[in-house]
Amino acid sequence: MALPQTVPFIGWAWDDLIFLVLAGLMLGGGLMVVLGRDIIRSGLFMVLSFAALAGIYVLLGAPLVAAAQVLIYIGAISVLILFAIMLTQSKAGPSNLVFHHQSWAGALAAVGLAVIIIVVVIYTDWPGAATGVVASATTLIANLLFTDYVLAFEVVSVLLLAAVIGGVFLAKREDSPDPGARAVDEPTLGRLPAPRDES
Amino acid sequence: MSQSLDAYLILSGLLFAIGTFGFLARRNAIAMLMSIELMLNAVNLSIVAFGAFVPSLAGDGALIALFVMAVAAAEATVGLAIVIAIYRNKRTPLVDEYASMRE
Repeated sequence: MALPQTVPFIGWAWDDLIFLVLAGLMLGGGLMVVLGRDIIRSGLFMVLSFAALAGIYVLLGAPLVAAAQVLIYIGAISVLILFAIMLTQSKAGPSNLVFHHQSWAGALAAVGLAVIIIVVVIYTDWPGAATGVVASATTLIANLLFTDYVLAFEVVSVLLLAAVIGGVFLAKREDSPDPGARAVDEPTLGRLPAPRDES
Repeated sequence: MSQSLDAYLILSGLLFAIGTFGFLARRNAIAMLMSIELMLNAVNLSIVAFGAFVPSLAGDGALIALFVMAVAAAEATVGLAIVIAIYRNKRTPLVDEYASMRE
């Protein structure tokens, strides 16, 4: 059974409907990230926003980027951020005052930025733009990666190595000689109590 | 609508503005980092949109977006490590409490 050419009862193309649904999910998720009071929920809505963006990448004919979005953003960065949230939550944390007192200025700046971007996009005639989506073949991307962009590829690998080393160095705690002394002056963030000295 | 470059660019601009507001208005350092991730995603969306609509950029757009993702992963790693290191000293994730560099 084949789908009809357009959406029944509305008459839109299917792509338009999917685009609108994904755009609504992405912007709604983004708004919930920014406006939500519970920061763990903010993190979960960020996953929703990333997933909708992966769908938009598929709509744009870039399935490789969509797969990388799911792997890197949803799989790695979101999990990293959720872990960091859980490590930095405290009882005396921010439950009632989520925004700065000057957040109205931030809202003004954001609305102004959105208006400027929309006006510029609408009134610019993009040169060389086709009228439809041109899907990018994965073999083309792979060829470009190892010919024109091979230097950037190597530099990114060095950058990732530096980031790993830097992250481990920054987040590592200073070793105190006595593990029992450490557990006293730090609140246990869901960790097990310090092991008792056997000797 | 899904076949016009303007729709994707406007969508990207709206997401970027949302991220800007979050970065300027939130007090929690991790919420600010999440807003930065939203802004990076918005920029990535516009890059992929240009790659999909400009035939001479076919392939380059997707590739640059992949590089941006790798750099964003590095940024998230180091940024979150810094936030956790500061949290360990200050016991709070709120950025307006971090005033020790002023004194």
